[in-house]
Amino acid sequence: MPNILVVAESRAGEVRKVGFELLAAARPLAAGGEVHAVLAGAAGIGAQATSLGAHGADAVYVTAHAALAEYNAEALAALVAARATAGGYRAVLFAASAQGRDLGPRVAARLGVPIASDALSIAVDGDATVVTHYAYAGKVVATLRLNATPAVVSLRPGAVTAVATNGAGRVEDAPPVGDPSASRVLVTESIKGDSRKLDLAEAPVIISGGRGLRSAEHFKLVEDLAEAFGNAAVGATRAVTDEGWRPHSDQIGQTGRQVSPDLYVAVGISGAIQHLAGMRTSRTIVAINKDKDAPIFKVADYGIVGDVFEVVPALTAAIRVAKRS
Amino acid sequence: MKIAVCIKRVPEMDVKFRIAASGTAVDETGLKFDMSDFDGYAVEFALQLTERLGAGEVVVISLGPDAVQETLRKALSMGAARAVQLKVDSIPADGFAIAQALAAELKDGGYDLVLFGKHAADSASGAVGLMTAELSGLPMVHACTKLTIEDGKGTARREVEGGAEIVSFPLPAAASIDEGIARPRYPSLKGIMAAKKKPMDVKPAQLGAARLAITKMELPPERQAGRIIGEGAAAVPELVRLLREEAKVL
Ligand SMILES: Cc1cc2nc3c(=O)[nH]c(=O)nc-3n(C[C@H](O)[C@H](O)[C@H](O)COP(=O)(O)OP(=O)(O)OC[C@H]3O[C@@H](n4cnc5c(N)ncnc54)[C@H](O)[C@@H]3O)c2cc1C
Ligand SMILES: Nc1ncnc2c1ncn2[C@@H]1O[C@H](COP(=O)(O)O)[C@@H](O)[C@H]1O
Repeated sequence: MPNILVVAESRAGEVRKVGFELLAAARPLAAGGEVHAVLAGAAGIGAQATSLGAHGADAVYVTAHAALAEYNAEALAALVAARATAGGYRAVLFAASAQGRDLGPRVAARLGVPIASDALSIAVDGDATVVTHYAYAGKVVATLRLNATPAVVSLRPGAVTAVATNGAGRVEDAPPVGDPSASRVLVTESIKGDSRKLDLAEAPVIISGGRGLRSAEHFKLVEDLAEAFGNAAVGATRAVTDEGWRPHSDQIGQTGRQVSPDLYVAVGISGAIQHLAGMRTSRTIVAINKDKDAPIFKVADYGIVGDVFEVVPALTAAIRVAKRS
Repeated sequence: MKIAVCIKRVPEMDVKFRIAASGTAVDETGLKFDMSDFDGYAVEFALQLTERLGAGEVVVISLGPDAVQETLRKALSMGAARAVQLKVDSIPADGFAIAQALAAELKDGGYDLVLFGKHAADSASGAVGLMTAELSGLPMVHACTKLTIEDGKGTARREVEGGAEIVSFPLPAAASIDEGIARPRYPSLKGIMAAKKKPMDVKPAQLGAARLAITKMELPPERQAGRIIGEGAAAVPELVRLLREEAKVL
């Protein structure tokens, strides 16, 4: 039976939603086999195992250790590689999140196999595994064929929808592999952003600001609009992150994040090709720019020619009203 | 401080790609090539570090066909001391096969630091650095937006969803570079002249078996031509209507 292993990621003792998405992606690959999950964290992490069972895990291997409270790359790589070897899985799935992008290639190398990164879809074709993903700065969709066992894949957050199965998986305690406190690479400080804020990878709506906003303070306009939507994250152009108005992690584009939300609102953004590379796959694009010839209007489903300082507050007020009704 | 930087030659990305007749690659006719964005940041970081320390050497390594010599030469003209080409007919899509060849080359190099880009612009994979480090037994920090090397130790900042992590690690180590650390300098005329005399080693790559292949490439569906719906705040009600009724995002 082709069992599948899913690496459920947790932060601050909570399982993250991408883990449920991986379980949903794993089920069709298992073809009658089982879906297993690895869950690691500080003491008490085991309490999170039921939520994995309720989203389709047949078994959850729980490892609790004080040195696993923060992301511990080397300890997790050893742990997941050992589980993958012991379980003889057909595929091992990671989320293409900050953690998964870091952990997946480490585990694949330990298993001596390649990884297909940031998959949009995963399918089985005989002994091979077939994955699609964006390549060439998001300008090309490539189909990759993996001929290795296990097939190691990281899946783009949001590519697959999580499904509540209301199942109850077996929970098995798994000891750490090696000494997690002996890792050479250690997180010494975890800097928390605003916890109310959604992440760019997960938000259905992104409000992004460009140099047209003229200063860091004026990003309040963008934040207010994001708050009016309620399900929005804030992004920025490289012009903005270079100025230090927003952190680099907010940058969208060729050298920033690649996003595909349901709605992308570009505020005071010219639409340089390097910016478009990060957002042109968004489902609906809105642009607000005072220059009617700005290239962003060429990709915007809905463009408003106007001053952001006039249009954005009016839009924020209108969205608040619309969300209430 | 002896630093190796692994650089990949890729097409410049600010073009509209066409798919080659094979259907499995981009059509390279007319494309310009350069080192991948993040690899350029890594070269610049390595140069600044050795310049600040006033000691050390930056070695650039690229796996690929002879065309990569041009990319390596550019890094030499920026200030790297020497270059290594790991020769193959074409660069495989399998990052693990590449990592095996890079690890074999790095093995007896005595490097204090091995740098990579966060990901290569063409593969958008972000795996080769981490895999090479694993195979080499080096501690590795991936996607650094800040990196400090001091007294045989490194400290890095990594952006994660909803925050950031500060990570510390001992040298020798490997790291991959994200946005925010350094932008590559333009080679000076003097640098370009000097680069002509710098050593370029060419050796066959000890590639691993390729078990990941690209079987198809397509362009994502075109966006419909954009549409301007109005001017100023007066256009807001119409926008809200369209978002609700047409785009169905409200
Ligand atoms: C190798 C490389 C990689 C890059 N990677 C990225 C990347 O990942 N992401 C990225 O974003 N960029 C990237 N860039 C930079 C990119 O080329 C552009 O410089 C950048 O996107 C421009 O940002 P912007 O639109 O905010 O600023 P600008 O191009 O300066 O545009 C500002 C816009 O605001 C408008 N405006 C001004 N005032 C107002 C107002 N009051 N009301 C309404 N509109 C107003 C203007 O009409 C203008 O269109 C990269 C560049 C290179 C060379
Ligand atoms: N052919 C290559 N030659 C040298 N370095 C490479 C090569 N391919 C990838 N790398 C390095 O590995 C990084 C990550 O590549 P990738 O895993 O393909 O996204 C790149 O930014 C380079 O630093």
